[in-house]
Amino acid sequence: MTTAGPSQPPPSAAEASAQQPGRQGQHPAGGTVIEASGLASGYGSGTIWSGADFSVDAGEFLTVLGPNGAGKSTLLRMVLGLLAPAGGTLRVFGAPPERGNPSIGYVPQRRALDPDLSISAEDIVGLGVDGHRWGVRLSRRAGRERQQAVAEALAAVGAAGYARRAVGRLSGGEQQRLQLAQALVTHPRLLLLDEPLASLDLRSQQEVSQLVADLRAEQGFAVVLVTHDINPLLPVTDRVMYIAGGSVSVGTPDEVITSENLSRLYQAEVEVITDSRGRVFVVGLEAEAAHPHSPATVSGAQS
Amino acid sequence: MIITLAAQVPGFTPGPGWNLIADLQDMLSFAFMRNAFAAGTASAIVAGLIGYFVVLRQSSFAAHAISHIGFAGAAGAVLLGFSPVLGVAVLSLAASGAMGMLGKRLRGRDVVIGLVMAASLGLGYLFISLYTGNAQNAYSILFGQIFGITTGAVLITIGASVIVLAALTAIFRPLLFASLDEEVAQARGIPVGAIGIGFMLLMALAVSEAVQVSGVLLIFALLVAPGAIAERIARRPATALALSGCLAVLITWISLALSYYTPYPVSFYVTSLAFAGYLAARAWTAWAGQAGRGRRLASQRQGQRDAGMQARGTATVRL
Repeated sequence: MTTAGPSQPPPSAAEASAQQPGRQGQHPAGGTVIEASGLASGYGSGTIWSGADFSVDAGEFLTVLGPNGAGKSTLLRMVLGLLAPAGGTLRVFGAPPERGNPSIGYVPQRRALDPDLSISAEDIVGLGVDGHRWGVRLSRRAGRERQQAVAEALAAVGAAGYARRAVGRLSGGEQQRLQLAQALVTHPRLLLLDEPLASLDLRSQQEVSQLVADLRAEQGFAVVLVTHDINPLLPVTDRVMYIAGGSVSVGTPDEVITSENLSRLYQAEVEVITDSRGRVFVVGLEAEAAHPHSPATVSGAQS
Repeated sequence: MIITLAAQVPGFTPGPGWNLIADLQDMLSFAFMRNAFAAGTASAIVAGLIGYFVVLRQSSFAAHAISHIGFAGAAGAVLLGFSPVLGVAVLSLAASGAMGMLGKRLRGRDVVIGLVMAASLGLGYLFISLYTGNAQNAYSILFGQIFGITTGAVLITIGASVIVLAALTAIFRPLLFASLDEEVAQARGIPVGAIGIGFMLLMALAVSEAVQVSGVLLIFALLVAPGAIAERIARRPATALALSGCLAVLITWISLALSYYTPYPVSFYVTSLAFAGYLAARAWTAWAGQAGRGRRLASQRQGQRDAGMQARGTATVRL
C-alpha cells in the first residue's frame, strides 16, 4: 500500500490494514478531529458568521444546516485549508488546517460532467490515489496497488458495476458515488460532503444518507455534511450545526432545531413543526424565501 | 487509397506511381519535404497532446484566441524584420500568461477574449499593410506555410516540442486532476493556479509550432480535433493522449503527402481530415452507444439492485 501509504490512519489501525485491506471496526476512540473557538468566517473585510465554538470528535457525524449563502461551504473550505479563518482559531487533527491533508476526504457540490467525457469511472477514482503526484507512474507495483485501492473503493460505494464505463454517460447519482469513492480511496479520518443530497429525489436522498452512515460505521471516519434539508439525515446524524443570521448553533437535533433557537438565529418569528413521522419543518420564513440569497429557508419543504 | 485519389487529380508535380516506397523516396528526396515532415511531425505530436487537455479544460476558445493574438506578433515581427514564428511565440506566450493569471476570473468572459482577439487581428492586418515586402508572408501566417520552413526553424520546432513534452510529463497527473476536478485537486494540495498558468504557456508553445502547419486561422483543426476525438473514444487518459498525438501526426502526414501530389494547400487537407475524423468519431460513438444499449440497461438494473441492497444495509461494505 505504498501509494496510499501517507494517508493511512494512525499506527494502531495500521497493522490491521496492512494485510487486510477492508478495515473493520472504528478508529481508535478519542481524539478531536476539528476544534474551533471563536471562529469567524468571511472573505476580506466582510464577515459571514462569527463566534463559533465547537468540536467534532473522531467518528462523529455532524450535519451542517442553514440557508444558501449562510457560509456553510466556507466552513468546509476553512477545514481544508483553502480559506483562512476571518477570526478565532481552528485546529484540524490538533494542528492548523493544511492544504492537501490526505486524512481528509472531500466531496464538493456535484457539477455536470461533459457528457462526451469517455474516461472510465475507475480512472476518476484513481485520481484520488496518485492524481496529486508529479511525473508519470512507472512502477508496475504502484499500478497494481492503485488498481486494488480503486476496486475496493468502488465496491464500498456500490459502484463496482460501472467501473469501466465512461463517466460522462453515467447518471448524476452514479457520478456522485464515484466522487465518494475518490474521496474514500485514501482512507480518510474525516469526510467532508458539500450538499450531497441536492437535486436528488427523496429515495436517493435516503440511500445516500444511509450509504454515508454505513461507510462511517465500517471505517470510523468523522463526517461533516452540508445540506439544506435535515430530514433524510435525522436517522444517521449525531449532532447538527445550524448557521443562519451570522451566528452558529451546535448541538443534537432536538437542542438546535427548536422554534426558540431558530427564531434567535434568524431574528424572526420562526416555528419548528414536527409531523407524525418525526420529520421537522421550519415555517415562518416564507417572506425571506423570496429573497434571492436565501431561497431554501423552509427546511424540509421539498420533501 | 491516397494514391488513387491523388492520381485522379491532375498535378503540377510529377505524379505518383503505384509503388508507395518509391513515392515516399521521391517525396523525401527534396529537402523542403524532409523539413516539412520533420517540423510537421514535431508540432503535430505536441498539438495532439496539448489538444487533449484543451478539450478537457474546455479552453478551446482561449487556444483559438491565443493564435490570433500571435498573428499580430507574427505580422509585427515581419515588419521589423524578425522571424514570424518568433513573433507568434512572444505574443502568444504573453497573452496566455495573462489569461492564466486571470484564471477563473476569465471563465465566461468570451466577450472580452473575443474583443482582444479581434483587436489583435486588426493590428496584425495593419502591420501587414505597412509592410512593403512580399504580401505572401501574410498568407503564410494566416494559412500556414510548412513547405517554406527553413532547417533552422525545423530545429527550433523540434526543440520546442521536446520542452513541451518534458514539461507535460512532469505535470501530467496534477494537470489531469486539475482539469477534471479543480476543487478536489486544490483540496488535495495541487497548486491549481500555477498548473493553469503553466498549461497556458505550454499551449502557447504548441500554438506557435502548429501555426506553421495550419496557420493562425485554421489552427483549431490540428489543436482541437484530435483531442476531441480521443476524449470521445478512449477510456484511459494515457490511451487518449496517445491516440490524440497519433491522430494529429497521421493527419499531418497524409496532408503533406496529398499536398505534394496535388495543387492544393496543406492546411486545406489538415482541416478537412480533422473534420472528417471528428464526424467519424461521433458516428462511431453513436453506433457503439446503440450497440451497447442492451448491455448497459442490464448493468444499470444490476446497479439499481446493488443500490437497493446498499439502502437496506444488506450488502457487505468493505474498503
